[in-house]
Amino acid sequence: MSRVIVIGAGPAGLAAARAARARGQRVVLLDASDYVGGQYWRHLPPARPSRRESALHHDWSTFQSLRARLEHDPMCEIVTSAHVWNLDRGRINVLIGEADASAREARHYDADAVVLANGAFDRVLPVPGWDLPGVFSAGGAQAFAKGERIAVGERVVVAGAGPFLLPVASSLVQAGSTVLGVYEASRLSQLVRAWGARPWELLGTAHKVTELAGYALTHLRERIPYVTGHTVTAIHGEDRVRAVTISKLDAAWRPLAGSESTLEVDAVCLGHGFTPRLELALAAGCRLTEQRFVEVDEEQRTSVTSFFAAGEITGIGGVDAALSEGGIAGHVAAGGRLEDPVLRVLVARRRALARFAERLARAHAIGERWSDWLEDDTIICRCEEVDYARLRATSAQTQSSGLRSLRLVSRAGLGVCQGRVCGRNVEAIFAAHAPDGRLSGTMDRRPIATPIRLGELATSGDAAVTSKYQTPR
Amino acid sequence: MGARPVAEAHDPIGPRAVTNITITCDGQTIVGVLGQTLAGVMLANDVAAWRATSFTNRPRGAFCGIGVCFDCLVIVNGQRDVRACQRRARAGDVVEFHRDAPLARREERP
Repeated sequence: MSRVIVIGAGPAGLAAARAARARGQRVVLLDASDYVGGQYWRHLPPARPSRRESALHHDWSTFQSLRARLEHDPMCEIVTSAHVWNLDRGRINVLIGEADASAREARHYDADAVVLANGAFDRVLPVPGWDLPGVFSAGGAQAFAKGERIAVGERVVVAGAGPFLLPVASSLVQAGSTVLGVYEASRLSQLVRAWGARPWELLGTAHKVTELAGYALTHLRERIPYVTGHTVTAIHGEDRVRAVTISKLDAAWRPLAGSESTLEVDAVCLGHGFTPRLELALAAGCRLTEQRFVEVDEEQRTSVTSFFAAGEITGIGGVDAALSEGGIAGHVAAGGRLEDPVLRVLVARRRALARFAERLARAHAIGERWSDWLEDDTIICRCEEVDYARLRATSAQTQSSGLRSLRLVSRAGLGVCQGRVCGRNVEAIFAAHAPDGRLSGTMDRRPIATPIRLGELATSGDAAVTSKYQTPR
Repeated sequence: MGARPVAEAHDPIGPRAVTNITITCDGQTIVGVLGQTLAGVMLANDVAAWRATSFTNRPRGAFCGIGVCFDCLVIVNGQRDVRACQRRARAGDVVEFHRDAPLARREERP
């Protein structure tokens, strides 16, 4: 019997594990969190029981049944608090224990097949003042609401782009916050164009549409203004958030002078889409798509033999797409075939949802001129405190179009988050100021996939990172 | 104003009894709920910032909430660089703030 390793226990990973087990293969399911569910089903720990936690979630029963089946399955090993820090020629190196602890247990796995389902995180465009305490990524605000029952503020605005802003606002309202508005940067005309065209394509995604309608109803009930073509262009406060400036945007997301208004708030939630976690896929050698997601075929195979991918790292499609892709990936990774009757429904659903995902991307694409709302001293790289003026000065001084040298000179993206938060934004700014408007290199490669302590690296035994300077023992 | 826990009586999930824990945070004793992360306990006590940046000495607290941004680093029981949003609080945890002597600002460096 072979073994399938699934990395990531969100919707895609859980579905993959379940499908691989249904084919009779052994499964190891790894997740960095201490409980399964991923960001989508981020929930309260067992120490905080409640009567109706389902009120905070969609498809909660799907999660409960997936989790119960896998937890009670002796052939499925669920390893939580498992930090995959390196992937080297098919060997998965993992540290098991509390986040950022020392002397954690080092393990490695060699798999017959690997399903990468490690998801995505919010992309947040920088805004003057976004480094103030009280500014949260949209996903972060939701994580505190769902996973800890904490409202990040009393008077909150949600701003950015994409339908994900709606469930975030819902979570905040359920946590008792007053949401003063949801500001969608894309203009209504663009949303109508992308959503209104060929409505029959959406027939297969009825569930998705109902979910969105549910959020829209929450909005009506709570009277939260949903404002398109506007965004937060400045955040004010001395040592925490006190107010925001809202501006009207043109089609390229340029703020229109004279359109500003100010709101007093104590928290701001920002999200402009998602960045896939690509470091493990790249370490495995997987090819990316033009849109920079992991490229997969109909069977969810990546370009690397025995590596599969599912969920948000293959494109932002939401929970239904993730469940379908995970189901297909797990089945094929465990030796099944795409033509098998058990996959018929999933394959059809995935096809319909792929169109839905394309529409999302089109409707909420980041405007080319967002950087117009930046000030010279706006922090772009939060870790290294590199501001906008510094990035432009680096481009001007070096006349370089190589990301690596631009990073080394400016220090942008060299901090402890490994360029995760600022990566795409720094790339966009450097590209705009490169001699020919093009940039070579990418922020996505991280041979050490998550920061670990040097002591753990030194004692990781036969782990992957070897050095030609190693002293003989 | 600021972050706070959801009022139990108004919480649609109908929470059952929780276990309170106390931790020490920058010398102060604060009360949290077992199962919360250190970031959760601090936010629930309206502690908005718990780090000063190395170059400009600016306050930082939680931002991404899911372990990606490393803005929320604290010292826990003597160990530096622990993400507060990823570490569950334990009764008696001693949390200190990173307050490094500010590094030379970029413009002032040779």
